[in-house]
Parts: sequence; structure tokens; C-alpha cells
Amino acid sequence: METMHYHRPASVADAVKLAGQHGDDKILAGGQSTLPSVRLGLLAPTGWIDLAGITELQGLCMDGNNVVIGAMTMHAAVAASKDVQSRIPALAHLAGGIGDRQVRNRGTIGGSLANNDPAACYPAAVLGLGATIQTDRRKIAADDYFKGLYETALAAGEIITAVHFPVPAKAAYVKFKQPASRFALVGVFVAQTASGVRVAVTGAGPGVFRVKALEDRLGAKFAPESCDGVSVPAAGLNTDLHASADYRAHLITVLAKRAVAAAA
Amino acid sequence: MNDPKAGFIGKSVERKEDFRFLSGSGQYTDDITLPRQSYGYFVRSPHAHAKIRGIDTAAAAKADGVLGVFTGKDMAGVGGLPCGWQINNLDGTPMKEPKHSVLAEGKVCYVGDHVALVVAETAAQAKAAANLVDVDYEILPAVVDTATADQAKTAVHDIAPNNVCYVWGCGDKAATDAAFTKAAHVTKLHFANNRLIPNAIEPRAANAAYDRAGDSYTLYVSNQNPHVERLLMTAFVLGLPEHKVRVVAPDVGGGFGSKIYLYAEETALVWASKRIGRPIKWTAERSESFLSDAHGRDHVSTVELALDKNGKFLALRVHTTANMGAYLSTFASCIPTILYATLLAGQYTTPAIYCEVKAVFTNTAPVDAYRGAGRPEATYVVERIVETAARELKIDPAELRRRNFIKTFPYATPVGLTYDTGDYDATLTRAIELADVKGFAARKAESTKKGLLRGLGYSCYIEACGLAPSNIAGALGARAGLFEAGEVRVHPTGKVTVFTGSHSHGQGHETTFAQVVADRLGIPLDDVDIQHGDTGKVLFGMGTYGSRSIAVGGTAIMKAIDKVVAKGRKIAAHLLEASEADIEFANGEFRVAGTDRKKAFAEVSLAAYVPHNYPLDKLEPGLNENAFYDPTNFTYPAGSYVCEVEVDPETGVVRIDRFAACDDFGNVINPMIVEGQVHGGLAQGIGQALLEHGIYNEDGQLVTGSYMDYAMPRADDLPKFTVETAKGTPCTHNPLGVKGCGEAGAIGSPAAVINAITDALSHMGVTDVPMPATPHTVWKTIRAATRV
Repeated sequence: METMHYHRPASVADAVKLAGQHGDDKILAGGQSTLPSVRLGLLAPTGWIDLAGITELQGLCMDGNNVVIGAMTMHAAVAASKDVQSRIPALAHLAGGIGDRQVRNRGTIGGSLANNDPAACYPAAVLGLGATIQTDRRKIAADDYFKGLYETALAAGEIITAVHFPVPAKAAYVKFKQPASRFALVGVFVAQTASGVRVAVTGAGPGVFRVKALEDRLGAKFAPESCDGVSVPAAGLNTDLHASADYRAHLITVLAKRAVAAAA
Repeated sequence: MNDPKAGFIGKSVERKEDFRFLSGSGQYTDDITLPRQSYGYFVRSPHAHAKIRGIDTAAAAKADGVLGVFTGKDMAGVGGLPCGWQINNLDGTPMKEPKHSVLAEGKVCYVGDHVALVVAETAAQAKAAANLVDVDYEILPAVVDTATADQAKTAVHDIAPNNVCYVWGCGDKAATDAAFTKAAHVTKLHFANNRLIPNAIEPRAANAAYDRAGDSYTLYVSNQNPHVERLLMTAFVLGLPEHKVRVVAPDVGGGFGSKIYLYAEETALVWASKRIGRPIKWTAERSESFLSDAHGRDHVSTVELALDKNGKFLALRVHTTANMGAYLSTFASCIPTILYATLLAGQYTTPAIYCEVKAVFTNTAPVDAYRGAGRPEATYVVERIVETAARELKIDPAELRRRNFIKTFPYATPVGLTYDTGDYDATLTRAIELADVKGFAARKAESTKKGLLRGLGYSCYIEACGLAPSNIAGALGARAGLFEAGEVRVHPTGKVTVFTGSHSHGQGHETTFAQVVADRLGIPLDDVDIQHGDTGKVLFGMGTYGSRSIAVGGTAIMKAIDKVVAKGRKIAAHLLEASEADIEFANGEFRVAGTDRKKAFAEVSLAAYVPHNYPLDKLEPGLNENAFYDPTNFTYPAGSYVCEVEVDPETGVVRIDRFAACDDFGNVINPMIVEGQVHGGLAQGIGQALLEHGIYNEDGQLVTGSYMDYAMPRADDLPKFTVETAKGTPCTHNPLGVKGCGEAGAIGSPAAVINAITDALSHMGVTDVPMPATPHTVWKTIRAATRV
């Protein structure tokens, strides 16, 4: 085991400063993807900047018509939040289905979004609800944030501080689990929002994406049968041990239909 | 639960070992740290098939904390890891047995093959230094696919140029072929039995220490049969004196077969411990377990069943190719032969059976016994083809089975076994009741309304357990005996320590065996302790596998108890001044028949150790007896399983709605433990049917090498099981009338699940779904069937 240094700043400002000083250090925001990567030898950071001691990054609040979730809020806290359960039940449900109990009590929303695993659940909610990502220096709209496989709009050393979710009229998330890892083989988040219907898909491609064909149909009529006959192209979708691209494409429509039924 | 008056056999006594396990006070191999402990780490091949041009260990040897680096060259004088069963080809020539070097010599044959051992002060230092071992590989093409290995251009081993280890046959080929020419109907299927990776919760581990004073060794190892481990290691590999090596298998967290074998790791540690002069510990990381534990199953079979116009089975013909992996593991050769083809009669009177098995080498991890070992594969063959034939003939699958059930016993099958007893109608009838098959049509209609497809599948399995009559096994190629040993040590106060050669790694022997002893001696359960897993304590043992522990190990203990009671009668006769013939033993008391003159068990044991008033001229003092028991036949647990599934045709998801099992295990010692064994077996069998699959890509890389890609069954993948043990037909040839229950669930369930799925899809013309029937696989099957 290599020796690493470990920082535990008490404020976002200190964390940003440390990140600037130690460019090869890894920011630790729960560590549910990062630490296994280190154990598998896929990642060898020089040190850690652990955000767990920054109280301003934790907790939930309402801000007008937005649910605001601090970046270091754990999945279990989001799932258990009465505010989230009553305003955006789909989000509470999604958070309660991430990983297992242990992961949900360590993993954080900010950590998940900064990592942007192509099969993670949170990106589907953020993109599906048209949320806004607040960082130490700016606000980033969901549509501008996700840049593909493990890539985001975050600059080096930029730290997510909170996520603003506008409360939708209706929303639901349906996750089809990869049988072994139980990550999303395909996960579809459907929401009827002030700015229209949004359909976000995780697990199927190199990163979360929206499906315009489904959004158009559902925008005209937000009902399960609107999904019928929508054929999502398989091109560009993932093929792996657990599913072919055409199976994933097929599942997107099936799951979208079920999500709409659940949202209604 | 401690009072002997009511007896202990047949009682769901809580497990004595559970306090230890549930309170975290178990002692597993990795928990044992010895004075001056050092740590080993294995350099493993990253390639499936490669020549080793050279190994440079200089940098590793100089790394921090390193005590030694060893390669195959250092161990060149050492023997290969042996295979314990010789299978002969159809022409009588023996199977091909390539040397299985402890550390690779000149060549590696699978990803994970052992190339070097690095020993250091800490585990982290050993691992870091292992990265500095520079191996110069010349990569060779890999042979991976089971079905085509014999046509590959590359040979895994020079001595087997077409990668064939053996071609073996069982049964009467001519009679079988002749029966097919007269058949009114022939059903044919071709399928694979998927490769499984065992995944015991405790990874393999070993800690080897050399004692200079005694020129002796102690090996702690996570293993199912320490005496066999010692015998194989000393006599066949390292050439050490057997009596100078003590092997301890302490608490072991599951084995399922994968810890029967002698592996390279512990062998290398024992050998190196003398060179280093310090104890060396190694504990597998989970990724090492995936790569290097012996895998299970991996067959490809073509199966044909011939029937007459009334649905009577005329003949069964099976051609199987079995993957041995890169080398022959300890019992690899007998799994797809002796433990497979001999079970192809199933529960039926099929008069002619022929099975031909081609075993092939590939550049994959060695394949050996895994829970059920050959019998799940046989049951899958028989029960899939029978169910398919019933559908083709439009006969109710349960009815077709009943028409062909064996009804008179003993019954000699055409594939070498003689079933002593059974009642297959009874278990099937009860399973049908438990499953509420009557209500199936109504449930199916409900499912249909929801757009879901419901199916029902049967599986009526039989297994040969209680391995095994040594003389029969020997005639079939076994290179070892298959008896068991036991010792009953009665202490002066009447407390009892029992030493058994059976090993418990989850089975609950410390409770079950104690129940047998306490019941027979009429003493409290707490007065009996069961000791196992240490060649320094237990006189001998063949270990635990093949559901043999209670049937063979338990019988050995029974025989030792008989000797204790016989001697106790002599002592009691003396104390009571009566004739030995008049002494009765019951309820923990030796009594002069028909009188109230008696001596308690503890009074007799005290007299044996304080022999003041004792027939010293005729009888030795002490009360300690041992016994060896070699069974006269296998035992034949059998049962019927009914699985009901709901398939979502849009996604391919299979949900097991209900699963009913009725097993005939003969007499049952502890129904709770037996039920737990069935649950565990069902979970593993359903795991095989729906989830688990060890997959190598064409380069021989294991692509399911972690829990991210290898799907283990979890609680929410499984239904609530309805499990019942039949009143049963006691085994006729052991005193407890027991048959064994450890593997039944894993043996019987895969066919029931796949039969249920194919039933749900049968209206589409689907006759087979490959295992594991993952959503993707089922969806593809549906799509292929419904595409016009």
C-alpha cells in the first residue's frame, strides 16, 4: 500500500484552495466509486481532499419551487427526506434504490455527479428534471453538465456544492438492474416539468442522454400509450456481457412507458 | 433441548456452533497469525496461454521487506499436483495427465496460473514486490470453447495434441442404438450446462509453518478434507513424511466443493516455509478466487430420448463434452463420468442408456466438483429431456414421469448403480400438493390478463451420495478410499469428545453429530463436543463432499459408540455383579434386565478411568473407541421439485413465483438444518438457472471476474420456498437410515426452473432457453421465436 496524504478541510473555500495546491489529489465525496477503483489499482492518487467535514455541503432545503440538496448529502438522507418524498417522490425513490444500504449511507449526490458513471442513477434525475448544478464558482444547467463517459463540465479542482431540482408536475424513475452489479442496465427518468416533458436515460449509452422522440410524443400527450411504437435507435448504445445495444434500445421505450404509468 | 429423555434425533436443535459464528469469535485461517509471521503473494499469469521465456526476480528480491522469491525453477524437483481418479478411454488406454506444476515450469495455461511466490514481512510488501517480478511471455493462441476445443489448432498440452483428456463411455451402446430404431418417438435437445464459479464467502487461505526442532510442518488451510490434503501433498508432491505434517482446517466459511482439492498455493507455502524459516500466510483476494478456485459444470451435451407409443422410455443416448480447464484438478476426471453418467437413469426404468463423455483441456481455470458435482448435470439432462418429451407427446409431464418411475427396489440401473430404496410417486404427489398445481391454470389466466406468461416446471432428481464403497470406487478408477473414521472419547466424568474425519464448513456437524451421540448414549447434548478438521487430533478422515458426512462419517461414529456401549456393558456387568448378557443399555443407564439395579453412564466411565473395582484381568481401563466405516452402497436421496415462473415478455425478466420441494432424505437428524441445506442448495441451483455464468472471452480472459459481472443470487432473486422432507424411505444399509441432504437443492432445481420458463414460452414454439436465463437471453429467445 502506497502512503498518501489526507486533507479534511472545514470549508468549501479551503477545499478549493487545497485542490489548487495538490492537483494530483483526489477529492473524496463518499468514495463509493473512488475507493474501489484505488483498491483495484485503477487509480493511484497522491492524496485525498475529503469533503466530509464541510457542514455547509450537507443537508436539504426548499428554495421556492426548488429542492436544494447539498453536495455531500448521502443517498439515504435524500431517500428518507420528507421534503423530497412529498415534492419529488421519484427522486426519493431513485436515491433509495442506489447500490445497497452501505453505499447509500456513504455515497453522496455530489460524488455521484462528479464521477458521472454511465450507469449511475443520479444523472438521470438531474437531466430528467432539468436540475441546476451549483459549484464553488458557478451554476451549470443539467443540459450543459454531462459530457459523456465519466466526463463533466467541471473544471479541474471545481467542487459541486449543491444541486437545485425544480419540482415537476409528475415524474418517475424506472431502473432495470444489471443482474450482477445492480447498476442501471437501463434507467429511464420521465418528468413533466414547467419547461416540458423530459426523458433522461442512464446505463444505455456512454453517458446519460435525453430521448427527443419520446419527449415529443409525451409532450403531446403524457400517457403511457404515447410511448408505443417509438423506436429508439440502437446505434451508439452499449453492448456488453449483460445486454446488447438493441436490447437496451428496446428497454428504453418499455421502461419509459412504465415510468409514465408510474408517474400518472 | 438439553434433556436426553425425549431423545435428540429428529429434533430441530439450534446449532451449537452459531454462537461462535454470530458473535464473531470463529477462528478462520486468516485469523491465525503465528509468531514471526511472514506473508506470501502469488505472481499469476495475465495470459491464458504463453511460454515463459524467462523470469527476472532480481528487483523483487531487493524490494522492501522481501524474504524470498520462488519460481518453478526453484521447485523443479517437486512433483505435480495429482489427480485422484483415473478414467480410461473407450479403448482402455488411460486418460492424458499433463503435469500440474505447483509453480509454472516454462509455460502458463490459464489466466491466474501460478508463476512465482513472493514472501515478505507484510502482505502489502509481498504484493508490491510481486509487481516487480518481470516475466517474459511469448503469448500463444488460447483454447477456450468447450464444444470446439478438440478441433482447435493449438494444444494446451503437448501430450494431448487435440486437447482431449479422455473419451469415456458408460452403458450399452448397441442396445441403446437398437432401441432407438424401434422408437415411436424420439426427443432431442442440445444444450450447455453453464460454467459456475463457487464463491465461498471465505476466500481460500493458508498459513504454513516449519518447525526446525521437530523437522515438521503445520499447515492451516481453508479446506474440506485436511487428511486428504496432507496425504496428497506429502506422498505425491513434496515427498515429505506424512507424520511430520499436521494439517488444520479450522473454521471454514463455505466450500461447496471448491475447497476439497489440493491447490498450488498451500503446497508452495509449505515448501517455502522451510526455506524461509518462518511461517508464511496467504489469503486470496476475491479477484484471485474468481481466477483460481476450481470452477464447476461447463458441459455441452446432445441428448436423445426414445419412447414407445405409450410414453414408456426405451432408451437414453447422451453425448457430452466436459471442460476440464487447463489442468486436472484433484477429482476433475470423475465428475463428468462416475458422478454423472451413472445417474442418467434418474428415477426411471429406462432399460437402455448409453453416455459418451469427451473431456477436453482448455486455457481456463481447472473445473472440478461444485455442489452436486456431475449429478446436477445428469439431472438437467434427464429432467429437461423428459419434460420436453411430455410436451411433444402432449402428455402431462407429471403423468409421463409416473409411467416410467422405478417402483420396485432394490433396482439395478443400466448405468451401474443399484438403488436400495425410494418412493418417487410419493414425493411427486406431495410436491404437486405443496405447489398447488391444481390452482396453476387460474393463476396463469391472471398472469395472462396482466400481459405476463406463466409456466410450470417439474424436476424429479436422484443423486448418489454417501461416497462411497471404496472397492467399487477403486474398480472405477479412484486412487483413494472413501470410508470415514470416527473416535468417541468418553472422559472419566461421562462427558464425551467425538473426533470425526468429516469436516464442517457450514453444515452444522457440531450439532447434528452431537445429537446422534447424545441420543445414543442418553446423555445431555451439552455433554458432547464434536472435533474435526485437524490431522493432529482426528485419527483419519476422507472429508466432507458428496453429501457424505452423516451417512458415512455419522455411521463411523455410530460404530464407535457401539464399541463404547459394548465395553460399558462389560464394566457394568462387573460393577453390578451380573452376567454381561443380562445388561441392557438405554436412556443413559446400564441396567440388569428386569431389575432396578443399574449404573449410570458416568458411573461406568468413572470406573473405567478409576479402575479400583474393575476386571483388569479381562479388560483394559479407559473408555475410548474408534471406528472406520466403509459403506456398502451409495445412498440415493431423491425428490420432486415444482417451479412456477412468471415471464415478462417485454423485458425477458423471469420471476420465480413459487417453488415447492419435497425431498426424501431417509431419516432426518435435525429438520431445521436439513431445511437450511435445501434452501441453500435451491439458491445455488436457481443461481445457475437464472444468474450465474463464468465467461471467458476468446483470448481466455475471465470477463466475469468480479461481482460487478458475475451475478450471485440474492435474497430478492428468490421466492419463499415451500420445503418439506418426506416421511421418506430410510436408507437400508446404514444404521441411521440417512441419505444426505447437502446437494439436493442444487441438483434438482435448475431443470425445474428452465422447464417452467420453457413451459411459459412453449406456445411460441420455444423448446429450450440456455442457462443462465437472464432477461437478455429470455428476451432474445422470445424475439427469435416470435419474429416472422
